[in-house]
Parts: sequence; structure tokens; C-alpha cells
Amino acid sequence: MQNIMTIAGRQFRSYWNGPTAYIVLALVLAALGWFFWSTFFLYDQASVRQMFDWVGILSAFATPALAMGLLADEKRQGTIELLITLPVRDHEVVLGKFLGVLALYGVLALLTIPYPIAVAQFGPLEAGPVMTGYLGMLLQGAAMLAIGLMASSFTENQVVAFFVALALTMFFFLVDKMLSLVPSEVAGALEWFSFGYHFGPMTRGVIDLRNVVFFLSVTALCLGVTFRSLESRRWS
Amino acid sequence: MIEAQELHKLYGPMTALQKASFKVHRGEVVGLLGPNGAGKSTTMKILTCYISPTSGTATVNGCDVFDDPVGARRAIGYLPESTPLYYEMMVLEYLEFMAAMRGFKGVEGRKRIKTAVEQTSLGDVLGKEIRALSKGFKQRVGLAQALVHEPPILILDEPMSGLDPNQASEIRDLIKEIGEKRTVILSTHNLAEVQVTCDRVLIISGGRIVADDKPEELMERAGKAKYVATIQGGSDGAASAQKAFEKIKGAATVRARAGEEADELVFEILPDGGKDLRADIFKAAVAADLVLLGLEHQGENLEDIFRDLTRVGEA
Repeated sequence: MQNIMTIAGRQFRSYWNGPTAYIVLALVLAALGWFFWSTFFLYDQASVRQMFDWVGILSAFATPALAMGLLADEKRQGTIELLITLPVRDHEVVLGKFLGVLALYGVLALLTIPYPIAVAQFGPLEAGPVMTGYLGMLLQGAAMLAIGLMASSFTENQVVAFFVALALTMFFFLVDKMLSLVPSEVAGALEWFSFGYHFGPMTRGVIDLRNVVFFLSVTALCLGVTFRSLESRRWS
Repeated sequence: MIEAQELHKLYGPMTALQKASFKVHRGEVVGLLGPNGAGKSTTMKILTCYISPTSGTATVNGCDVFDDPVGARRAIGYLPESTPLYYEMMVLEYLEFMAAMRGFKGVEGRKRIKTAVEQTSLGDVLGKEIRALSKGFKQRVGLAQALVHEPPILILDEPMSGLDPNQASEIRDLIKEIGEKRTVILSTHNLAEVQVTCDRVLIISGGRIVADDKPEELMERAGKAKYVATIQGGSDGAASAQKAFEKIKGAATVRARAGEEADELVFEILPDGGKDLRADIFKAAVAADLVLLGLEHQGENLEDIFRDLTRVGEA
């Protein structure tokens, strides 16, 4: 556990030593602010559901950018060899990296808190949906970051990692947006795969265990694949 | 301390190591010497449990690389090839991270870092970004992280490659100093380094260990001096010149090869004893009416042995 936290801490700090974290966070917050506030007064509701909708699509772009370097860059620079030959187990490296980037995503979530606070100035804002919304945001973010970490473990090229992760997060994000194109029997199953289908209820204040389990499963599956991918170096 | 048994490693269809067996005893400084692609790095990666051998096994400090990789790694300080470091970190920050990963935090961590920093003379650059350091200093940072937990074993992959002569000699001295108390395996393709730093040399070629000896003994084994005589003339005169040189008393073998210029012939004369043959070679050349352009007495060195052995390995 200590190793995991040490790796996570280093990863988290290293984001702030370079430009990536600042650029991604600034872009996401700026875009979120623009998209959310530009329509906020049209809806005339003291609600942050629209904000969480935008968080979904923006995260689909941002998480691949945050996660792309996690392992790809270590491979390119060769530092992965030093990291793995420390007295650590492979799963500690994977979990440490994951928690490091998840912490950064947590900072992003914290930085959006002024928005609901501002909304509360305009009318009575229900606290419940805001809190479940943030829980959903973190769960969805964890799943997306795990996808990004997995993509990063496949290659030493960050650009490749970014686009592989983007393709996957986009699939999960868009799959319920084009259900009218497929036969209705398939549509139900496809919809179940979409992030929005599981995230939506949480932004309305509903926590369904199935939705929580869905995000945790995607996260666990991707971390498992990452572990295997990292381990495969031994035999290749 | 380290024991490798019949290590075999395949990368796809390529064989990187073939039944390599060796032992390294406590306190030894062993040089792993071989041309690029010979299997030096592969051997080190197996010992540090970064990759697994296809067959065979190895123990490091009593820990099997399959059964207890974490135990083996705990006993090792490792400097991989081309010194990978987190360039965006500051030197001190980086060493703190590496110490923490080794389980040394707080007061104990600071003490260990201080010792490692003193050993590697990094005191002046602790607050600098690693990115901004010269190659020699980066190498020191790499060594400092390998030393920070005071490991009984150091594995250094080409610690002196890419450094200028001054930096290389500083690192060499440092390794010698470190090697007094620890077991060190270092790889290199530079023979001078081995002669200076190592107690024992493993020469590795084509994935096989082709020699395992002390540097002095290796030199003795193949290391007779040789004489290189350059004479004027084209290849048509080669046969008679060869005969003339072969007649010299004390000349064991005479080998002819083309010279650098068109009308030069070069003969390598290997003596069978310790007697200085230069005067005899000169006289023989005069007697056979040959114009001697140059005569060199080449001392023994590891380079020739290395070339001979690794060529055998390739065949």
C-alpha cells in the first residue's frame, strides 16, 4: 500500500511540474463554464444537471490526454525499467499510476465546485443531486482514466495512446446517442454499455447500485488488462 | 551472491542468451564484456527480474528470480542502460522518491540520501531539474539512486558509455570505490574500463559466455606480444617476404595482410618466446632485400582477445 501511495504521489506531483495538468484543467474549466452558463439562464432552473452532462463529453476528451503518458512515456524514456525493478509488484505500479491520475481528476472535480455554489445564488439548489452527481463524475472519470491507462500500456507513443483511449471513451460516450440507427433489439443492449445511461440517473440524485457496479467493473477490467500488458514484457 | 544457471532467453525467433551460467561472489567486481547485442543487457534484466528467462534460473542474494523477485530486487541497486530518469523532477525530489520506494522515509531517508549524495558528489545540484544536468551528472544521479538503500549488489548497465573521458574516469573511480565494499556487475564494451575496474571478466558473445577469467589471466592466455612489420612492395613479393620472416628464429607464426597504401605489405609476426625479435626482423628484411617501412612491437591487450573470442562466438 505504501508503494502504491508513493508512486501515486510522485505521479500526481509530476503533473504539476509540466504543462499538461494546467492546460487540460484550464481548457476543461473554460469549456465547461462557457457551455454551462451560456444556456443556464434559458433553462431557468437552479440545477447543475446540465453541467454534469457537459462534464461527460469534456472528460471523454480530457481523460485520454491526462492518462496518455502514464505508462507510454515511462516506456519511451526507459524509466519503467527502473520503476519495475524497485522492490514493487506490477499491480502496485498499475494502481499507483491510476490513483495518481485519479487524484488529478479529483482536483478537476474540486475546481468545478464554484459552479454549483454560484447556481445556489440564483435559486434553491438541491444538495442531493449535486452530491450524487459528483459521485457519478468520479466513478465515470475513474472508468475513463482506467481506459486511458490501459491504452497507455499498449504503446510507447503518447499520441497513439491518446487516440486509442479517445476512440474507446467516445464509443462509451456516444453509443446511446445513435440508437435510432440500430434495430431495437440491439438498441437495449447497446444502451446498457453507454456511460450516459449509467451516469444520467446519478445527476438526478438516484444512486442505483447497478450503475455504480458498471463503472467499477469497467475500471477493474481495464486495470486488469493494464496489469497483463505490463507483465507481458517478461515474456516477449 | 549471484548465481545464474543455464539462462536461456528467446525474443521471438531471436536467441538473446544461450545457456549462460556464471557465479559472482561476494565483494567481486565483475565486468560483462561483449559487443552490442551480445546479451549483456538481457542478462542484467533477468537478474533484476525485469524480464524472465525462457529457461534456466538465477538467484540473487539467495532469492530466486521467479519465486521471490521482490526480495532479489531489494538486494540490488540497478542502473539501466542510458540512465533513465524522471527529467521533470529535481534531483533531491527524485532521490527522495527512490528512497521512499525502498522504504526509507523521514529521518532515515534523509540520512541515506545524504550518504549517497556525498558519495556521488551531487551536493551542488540537489535543487536542479534533472533535465538541466550534464550527462556526467545525470549518470551520478543514476548511481546515487542505485546506492541510496546501500544494497549489497550493484548492477550497472554501461555506466560509462556516452561520457567524455574526464567524466568517464570520474565515474570509473567512483565505481572502484563503491566496489570495495559491494558486489558489482557492470557491463561495457570498453576494454580499458574492464582492465581498470574489474576483478573478473565475463566475455559474452552471441548470447554465450565465451570466457570467464581475471583480466590479467585472460591477457596471458592470448596475450603474447606481436610484431607488425610494414614493407614496400606489391602482393607479388608477398610469398618471398613471408618466407624470409618465417626463417627468423623465435617467430611462431607469420601472417600477411594488405597494407593501407597500395604498395605496402603488412606482416604480423607472433613470437613463441619472450625474446625481442625486432633486430632479427630488421636483419631478415635486409637479407631478403626488403625495404622495411615500419616495425612496431604491439603490446598485449584485451582488445585482441576480445576480438578473437567474440569472432569465435559469432561463427
